Amino acid sequence: MDFDSYDPGKFYDELFESKGKPRPGTKILIDRLSSFPKQEILERQKAAEAALFNMGVTFTVYSDESGIEKIFPFDILPRIVEPQDWAHIEKGLKQRIYALNLFINDVYNDQKIIKDGIIPKDILYSSKCIQPKCEGLNPPKGIWCHITGSDLVRDKDGVFYVLEDNLRCPSGVSYVLENRQVLKRTFPLVFEKSNILPVDDYPDRLSRMLQYLAPSNVESPKIALLTPGIYNSAYFEHSFLAQQTGIELVEGNDLVVKDGFVYMRTTKGFEKVDVIYRRIDDDFLDPKAFNPDSLLGVPGIMEAYKSGRVALANAPGTGVADDKVVYAYVPKIIKYYLGEDPVLPNVPTYVCWEDKDREYVLNNLDKLVVKPANESGGYGLLMGTYASVKQRAEFAEKIKENPRNYIAQPTLSLSRVPVIVDDDHFEGRHVDLRPYILYGEDIYVMPGGLTRVALKKGSLVVNSSQGGGSKDTWVLSDLPK
Amino acid sequence: MLSRVANSIYWMARYLERAENIARFVDVNLHLMLDSTVESKEQWEPLVIISGDYDDFKERYGVATKDNVINFLTFDRDNPNSIISSVIYARENARTVREVISSEMWAEVNKFYLILLDAENSGEALDTPYDFYNQIKMQSHLFIGNTDTTMSHGEAWHFDQLGRLLERADKTSRILDAKYFLLLPRVEDVGTPIDNIGWAALLNSASAFEMYRKKFRRIVPSDVARFLILDLEFPRSIRYCLLKAQISLHEITGNDIGTFQNKAERRLGRLRSDLDYANIDEIISLGLHEFLDGFQTKLNEVGDAIFDTFFSLRRADQDSDMKEVSQ
Repeated sequence: MDFDSYDPGKFYDELFESKGKPRPGTKILIDRLSSFPKQEILERQKAAEAALFNMGVTFTVYSDESGIEKIFPFDILPRIVEPQDWAHIEKGLKQRIYALNLFINDVYNDQKIIKDGIIPKDILYSSKCIQPKCEGLNPPKGIWCHITGSDLVRDKDGVFYVLEDNLRCPSGVSYVLENRQVLKRTFPLVFEKSNILPVDDYPDRLSRMLQYLAPSNVESPKIALLTPGIYNSAYFEHSFLAQQTGIELVEGNDLVVKDGFVYMRTTKGFEKVDVIYRRIDDDFLDPKAFNPDSLLGVPGIMEAYKSGRVALANAPGTGVADDKVVYAYVPKIIKYYLGEDPVLPNVPTYVCWEDKDREYVLNNLDKLVVKPANESGGYGLLMGTYASVKQRAEFAEKIKENPRNYIAQPTLSLSRVPVIVDDDHFEGRHVDLRPYILYGEDIYVMPGGLTRVALKKGSLVVNSSQGGGSKDTWVLSDLPK
Repeated sequence: MLSRVANSIYWMARYLERAENIARFVDVNLHLMLDSTVESKEQWEPLVIISGDYDDFKERYGVATKDNVINFLTFDRDNPNSIISSVIYARENARTVREVISSEMWAEVNKFYLILLDAENSGEALDTPYDFYNQIKMQSHLFIGNTDTTMSHGEAWHFDQLGRLLERADKTSRILDAKYFLLLPRVEDVGTPIDNIGWAALLNSASAFEMYRKKFRRIVPSDVARFLILDLEFPRSIRYCLLKAQISLHEITGNDIGTFQNKAERRLGRLRSDLDYANIDEIISLGLHEFLDGFQTKLNEVGDAIFDTFFSLRRADQDSDMKEVSQ
C-alpha cells in the first residue's frame, strides 16, 4: 500500500515534508509500509484492533445506548517526533510544570503574584476550580501537580503550542502504554531498525514518584489508587495502572478515616494507607470538606491530608491553573517565577473578561474558537469558522452575559498524520499530542504521549468522547542504537 | 487484601464455574436425547428444576421444550443463572479486580464474554450445539489454566479456588440429583446395571466417564453416585472439591486444618468431615435426593459464613457461631 497518491497539501504533515518526500526519521517506516500489499496492512490493522479488544482496552461513552464500552479507535500508523523537536518539547514542559507548581503554591499561600499585580485577584477567585479549603496548605515535598498531561498542538508553521495543561486527573496514559505494546507486535522490524525511545518504564516511575511522597517516618509505604469505580469512563486506566505499578486499587468505600489516619478494609482487618493517587475530582474527594453529597469519596480524608498523615497526588486545588483564563496568564507566570521566557508558547488567547479582548472576539467570531473556561472533553465550545450565523449570535450573547467564562483562540490548522481510510488508502487527519509529566524527586517527561487523531475528514476535534481515535507516538533518539 | 477485591475474585470464579456447569447440564441432555426414548418434556424439565429457577421459567416460558429450556439456561439475560448472565457477572467482577488478576486471566474472561455475545447475535450457536457447549467448557478451562499458571498462588488465588470449588461441589450435586431422579425412578434398581447409556452420559457431563471406568469398570448407579460424591481423587467429585476448598480457606486464614477460628472454617470443616465418614449405601438407603438437598443447604451456609467472615468486615467477637468452643 503505497503513498504515491498521498498529498500533505497545505498542512504540516508529521510524516512527510511534501508529497512523496518522507521526513528523515520516518523513512524506515514509510519504506516498510510501502513494501506491504494492501491486504497485509489491513490485516495488521485488524490484528491490532483485535488485540486491544481482547485486552479490554476500552472506555465508556455515556451517551451511547447500545453498550457502555468501546475500544478507543486506533490507527496503526504511528506519529513520529524527531529528536530536536522532542528536546524542545521536553525542555518547555519541564519549565512550564515547574513554574505552575510554584504558582499553585503561591496562590494558596503568600499570593505574591497577586500582590505584585501580575494576575488580578478577581480572576483567580472567580475560577470554579479554586479550593479555599487549600489555603495555607503545604503538600509533601512542596509538590502540588505530580501528574500532568499537557495538550500540545502543532500549527501549519510547524510550531508546537500548549493548548491546555490538565493539572487535575489527566487520563490516557494507559492507552500510550497499550498502543506501544500493540505496535511492537505490528511492526517489529521497524522497531528493530529504528531508535525509538521507550515509554514502558512509566509505571515504574509513577510508583517511585508516589513512594517519594510518603511521610518520612514510614518505611515501606502502602500506596493506593482511588477510583470512582467501574462505571467511570477511565476505569480501565485506573485498574491498568494499579496492575502495572502493583499499588492497591481502591474505591471510596474501601477506605475509612480513623484516629486521623486513612485505612483500607481488608480480609484481615484495617490496614493503613500512606499515599493515595486519587483519580476522583476534588469535589468528590471528601464529602466533609467538599461536595457533601459525594458517595465516591472518603469522609475526613482532607483532614488526614492536612495533618501530613497521608499524601495525595495530585493535591486538591490544582484545578485553579486549569482554568482557561488563568491559562492565558501562564507565559506571565513563567516569567514571574523563573525570570525566563516560555520555551513553549501558548496558543494566542483572548480573555473575554478584558474589554479590549472581548470586543475583538465579538467582532471576529467567524475566525475564532471560543471555549468555556472550565469545561474539558471538547464540550461547550464554538468553532466560529464552521458555525452558522445564528449559532454565532447565540454565542455572542453568552459571552456578553458571562465574559469571565469565555476565552477565544484563532482556529489553528492542526498538523496531520496519515491514517488508513475506507480500508483502501492513506489520508491525512489532524492530531494533537498529550505527553505525561511526573513531578517527584525531579521532573520527568514521558518520551511520547498520547497522539489523538480526529478520524472524521476535516475535523479538528480529537476528543475520544467526540469521535477521536489514537495513535502510537514514536519519539526518535539521535543517539546511536 | 481488600475485602471488596476478595469478594469479587470469589464471585468471578464462582460465576465462571457456574457457566461451565450449566453448559455441562445442557450438553449431557443433548447427548441423551440422541439415544433416549424418554419424552422431551420429561427430559428437559428436571434441568430447570435443579437450576432452582423453576418458577421464573414456568411463568415466562410455560412448557419445558428443548428450545425453551436451552434458551432459558443459555441466552436468557433475565435469568440470573443463565450462562450469559453468569459470564456477564463474572466479567463485571473481573473488571473490578483487573489489577489483581493477571492480564491473561482477564483476556480469557473477556474472550468468554465476546464468544457469548457473538453467539447471541448470530443465533447460529444452536445449529451446532455440541461444538458450542464444548467451546464454553473449553473457555472455562482456559481461564482456569491461565489462573493456575499466571497468578501467584497467594491469598487472591485461594479466594478464586474457594469460589470455584464450592460452586463445582454444588453443581456436581445438582447434576447427580437431576439425573438420578430421571434415570432411576425405582429404588430396587440401585446396584443393578441398567440404562448404561444414560449413566454414561451422566458421567460424561462431569467429564468423569473415563476416570470412573478406571476405577469401577461396570456402570452401576450406586458406584456412579459414590464416584461423584465421595471420590478423593477426581476433581469434580464433591468430596474432592470440599477438601481442596478447605485447604484454600485455611491458607487464607493461616489456621491449621482440623481447627477453626471463624464460622467459615467451622462449617466447611464439619461438612467435609461428614463426607469423610459417609458411606454410599447409607446415603442411598436414606435417600440420595434428600442427602443432596441437605448438602446443598449446608453448602449455602458455608457460603454465607465466608461472606460474613471475609467480605463484610465483621469481627470474630460478633460471630455467634464462635460462642461455641473452638478447638
